[in-house]
Amino acid sequence: MGDWGILSTLLERVQSHSTVIGKIWMSVLFLFRIMVLGAGAESVWGDEQSDFICNTQQPGCENVCYDWVFPISHIRFWVLQILFVSTPTLVYLGHAMHVIQKENKLREQLASPDGPPKLKQPKYSDEKGHVKIKGNLLGSYLTQLIFKIIIEAGFIVGQYYLYGFVMVPMFPCSKKPCPFTVECYMSRPTEKTIFIIFMLVVACVSLLLNIIELFYLIGTRVKRGSRRRVQRVTTAENPASLSGPRWPTTEDALRQNKMNMEMENYSLGGSLDGAKEEKRLLSGH
Amino acid sequence: MADWNFLGKLLESAQVHSTVVGKVWLTVLFIFRILVLGAAAEKVWGDEQSGFTCDTKQPGCQNVCYDKTFPISHTRFWVMQIIFVSTPTLIYLGHILHLVRMEEKENQKLKDLPIKNEKQQELISNKHKRTSVKDNQGHVRLQGALLRTYVFNIIFKTLFEVAFIVAQYFLYGFELKPMYTCDRWPCPNMVNCYISRPTEKTVFILFMLGVASVSLLLNLVEMYHLGFKKCHQGLRYRRSKMEREAPKALSEGVVPFVPNYTYFTGHSTMPEPFPADSKYSITEPNSAYSKVVYKQNRDNMAVERKGRSEGDDSEKTKTSNPVTEAPVENQRRNSQSSKYSNNKGRLDDLKI
Repeated sequence: MGDWGILSTLLERVQSHSTVIGKIWMSVLFLFRIMVLGAGAESVWGDEQSDFICNTQQPGCENVCYDWVFPISHIRFWVLQILFVSTPTLVYLGHAMHVIQKENKLREQLASPDGPPKLKQPKYSDEKGHVKIKGNLLGSYLTQLIFKIIIEAGFIVGQYYLYGFVMVPMFPCSKKPCPFTVECYMSRPTEKTIFIIFMLVVACVSLLLNIIELFYLIGTRVKRGSRRRVQRVTTAENPASLSGPRWPTTEDALRQNKMNMEMENYSLGGSLDGAKEEKRLLSGH
Repeated sequence: MADWNFLGKLLESAQVHSTVVGKVWLTVLFIFRILVLGAAAEKVWGDEQSGFTCDTKQPGCQNVCYDKTFPISHTRFWVMQIIFVSTPTLIYLGHILHLVRMEEKENQKLKDLPIKNEKQQELISNKHKRTSVKDNQGHVRLQGALLRTYVFNIIFKTLFEVAFIVAQYFLYGFELKPMYTCDRWPCPNMVNCYISRPTEKTVFILFMLGVASVSLLLNLVEMYHLGFKKCHQGLRYRRSKMEREAPKALSEGVVPFVPNYTYFTGHSTMPEPFPADSKYSITEPNSAYSKVVYKQNRDNMAVERKGRSEGDDSEKTKTSNPVTEAPVENQRRNSQSSKYSNNKGRLDDLKI
């Protein structure tokens, strides 16, 4: 159980650079998957092979029948599922760390007096190390979300095709060296079914959280982009139309005032004719 | 499983002093190898001997047949692989710590030294600054002996990784069959022995093989990345060094040349190319150098032409000293553009 410490340390670091839903997803991963796996499921599957009995004395028949019924144990399957589902998040963490490191260096260079004056400002992070998810980072975040969704769905479907979702107590088996079709009995089928259904539900919840997060992110970004496009400031280039909304917010009014003052400072007469204003601006002084 | 903590702590301190690819390699090692080994693979191989059955009742036959089939268990093989592959990184870490400690000792000595001679101390501190292991931000610089150690680290990691993959292939192949035959003494005849969970074990063998290949690939990428970057830096540094030396040589050439200046200006109104080609024959000619010289000549001619148009009589009658300053100033002014590129080259050298 202590082995999961490495993964949890890394995932905790990503938590500060994720959205709210991302944090919920990670908590679900830790509590309902890793902890349940270690504290519950492993003991249920502990005696899976030793208590797998076939009604034959033929040596080796039990081994091959067990191997045929369970090509990979559920526990290992879930371990691999957790690992593969966390991997895109770790890749995103690497990207975020890289960006933060670059911006810290940039900030140091700006602070030091001897460095050449650069025009770039740190774009993603602030002084406290919080990261704004935009631009490249947003692209990386969305990509890792998509991969997580694909991998999660893949594992759920894979589990269905491997075992189904219910464990039956008895399996008939006729592999060599079993002399005939023997009946093999597994241990604790009902308890195992309960855990299988539980882990399946948690996987579906994680998948749902990922999908919700994806739509949430895309939705907010689209809304932000369209809002910026709608509220345009009246300038010489785009003169005010009679039909458009006048001053929806105070900051727009302030912005417009500022622009007007600047324009007045430029032009000599302060004419309200847009075309004349433009000509004067373009003729240059 | 607590045994991995020691190695884990050491490798984490090595992570700080690695390149980006090195950090990725270490993360892959931790998560996809150590974690999987502890959390999954050890349970799969947990009952390998108890689940190993042979179709005979002969006492001891099962034992010897298991021993023959699996001379070393896969999990132990992977543990050795992880340890051997991590060892070069630990040696590199040791080297860094050694260098840092030596530097701290020197710092201590400097502080304790009484100020005998200011110049002497300046010399010592200059020497120390040049060979400092850390840069302004406190990160360890990858150059000189440290770079050599790092390169050896990567090379040995690659060799070990390849060796273990090849050894695994020759020991077991990459697939486990459900049944193995065995007729080692004291088995009375050729017995059939059945191993436990062959398919699950095959899955994990292939998984660990995949991770080992990924690690190998990362090592190769890092080697290429490091070699490429260092060659690039070396070229840029050499080019900037040449540009720095060229104006220096020119200014050096001007100073002894000054006594003849009045003689030459008396000659013709044509703008002279810098006379005394003999001066330049002192330094070794090569194409980049002569290009710089030509550029310098051109700039200086332009300045002289401008100066001459303003009033060159006053220039001619000037004494040698101010005259030395003027062309030297020209040198300095004209080398402004090259100086910027020099600085750029020098800044880049400091990083990896």
